[in-house]
Amino acid sequence: MSSATLSATIPLPSEQDTAMLAERVGALAGPGDVLLLSGPIGAGKTHFARALIRARLAAHGLVEDIPSPTFTLVQSYEAGPLEIWHADLYRLSHPDEVIELGLIDAFETALCLVEWPDRLGELAPPAALRLDFAALPDGTHRVALSGDAGWAARLAATVKDFPHANP
Amino acid sequence: MSHAIKEPDQTLTVLGLESSCDDTAAAVVRHAPGAAPEILSSVVADQTALHAAFGGVVPEIAARAHAEKLDICVEQALEQAGLGLADLDAIAVTAGPGLIGGVLSGVMVAKGLAAGSSLPLVGVNHLAGHALTPRLTDGLAFPYLMLLVSGGHCQFLLVKGAGDFTRLGGTIDDAPGEAFDKTARLLGLPQPGGPAVEREAASGDAKRFALPRPLLDRPGCDMSFSGLKTALLRARDGVVAEKGGLTRTDRADLCASFQAAMRDVLVEKSRRALAIYMGGAPAAPAFAVAGGVAANKSLRAALETVSAELGCRFVAPPLKLCTDNAAMIAWAGIERFRAGARDDMTLMARPRWPLDQSSPALLGAGKKGAKA
Repeated sequence: MSSATLSATIPLPSEQDTAMLAERVGALAGPGDVLLLSGPIGAGKTHFARALIRARLAAHGLVEDIPSPTFTLVQSYEAGPLEIWHADLYRLSHPDEVIELGLIDAFETALCLVEWPDRLGELAPPAALRLDFAALPDGTHRVALSGDAGWAARLAATVKDFPHANP
Repeated sequence: MSHAIKEPDQTLTVLGLESSCDDTAAAVVRHAPGAAPEILSSVVADQTALHAAFGGVVPEIAARAHAEKLDICVEQALEQAGLGLADLDAIAVTAGPGLIGGVLSGVMVAKGLAAGSSLPLVGVNHLAGHALTPRLTDGLAFPYLMLLVSGGHCQFLLVKGAGDFTRLGGTIDDAPGEAFDKTARLLGLPQPGGPAVEREAASGDAKRFALPRPLLDRPGCDMSFSGLKTALLRARDGVVAEKGGLTRTDRADLCASFQAAMRDVLVEKSRRALAIYMGGAPAAPAFAVAGGVAANKSLRAALETVSAELGCRFVAPPLKLCTDNAAMIAWAGIERFRAGARDDMTLMARPRWPLDQSSPALLGAGKKGAKA
């Protein structure tokens, strides 16, 4: 196993591509994993999160509403034994509020998808997988993945299956 | 144990507690059968009041903060109503859906109050509170059609009883209030986005940008607003790429075009929901629209028109009873109490609690398709 860290940029020509990547990444993630989804409005963060949650629920025969967490701050799901937290921190103004939400505890026990992770400040877990989304002028999207050597090893096959772009 | 438990057909005075979202609130509502319900007090603790109460320091531990805020709200609600706990007939509390910390502390405080005063406890669904508000404000008879349209919600409900709701459709992704807020963010307008976008739209040309009307081509009452946000983003970027920035007129035109698209979708889906509702030949047809987004004048006027076209009375409760408040929880508690609902110390907080558990989940777009 290589100790190289993960750094890859994947083009996402369509919503289906985003959903497919979300399903692949989601299948490899489990309790205690944190995915930090960054990028401006309309970059594809929520679409990715929804597709990941939908796939994990579907694996247990579950079909549920997956509403946007923008107003509720957090939506949680139970995919069999796996608890999934989907958070949107945009409305928070202070990292202390993250503690109030119970998110720090959830980082340990649940699979957490966090939008607007800059609000975490120093509370962002160092072992998190970072996904930085962008909408391109031609209407397509892309995502830059970065993470530690552990993520590099877990996502090696997935990353290989998708085309690459220059960051 | 001196307190006599009242029969359901007597005058009821209920204290309601709400702490499932951003706001903490307490209210007292009284209702005599045959008379209009009376809101004796309705206290909503906003951030300013909170800072004042805690001398500028907001406690950081969630449950304790919520519980302390609730205690203050309850005290004020009882004081403004001129009542003590002994004058009440029941305690109603939001038991979900919402943020777990808030809901938990609400339920805990309500249990404490109920146990200490030997009062019956009634757990209320936050959405049922919204959905039953038109009966509190306008005395609507069942069944009526409800459009709940706010920052976090967007659904059509057929309200057939205090605990009998059928969801005819709803948003499969973002709620309209969220779309307004994000539009404001994309255009550099202040929050909350609803009033800011409406103000700009007033002087704009709604026909300049052809934004999509998502899901209008599909049957049914489901809606989608995420794509509208993306289309607005593209339109904005198109203008910026062409001219290097947005003029006041560009911004107004973008707002007007966005608002028109949102309105067209809500109006057409309302028409379909109304057709389903009117198909059941209700005795006193009524269409109630509640939620912060219902404050948008252009949208409200358009919904009023479609309601009139279909021969329905149009009702829009006052905004302060459409945003989160505890009067609606006290009222829903009265309705549930009259219907025989009673909870005890086993009442659980439910972060997720769909009103209509029989309708299928709202499926989002983006199902895995064949990769080209």
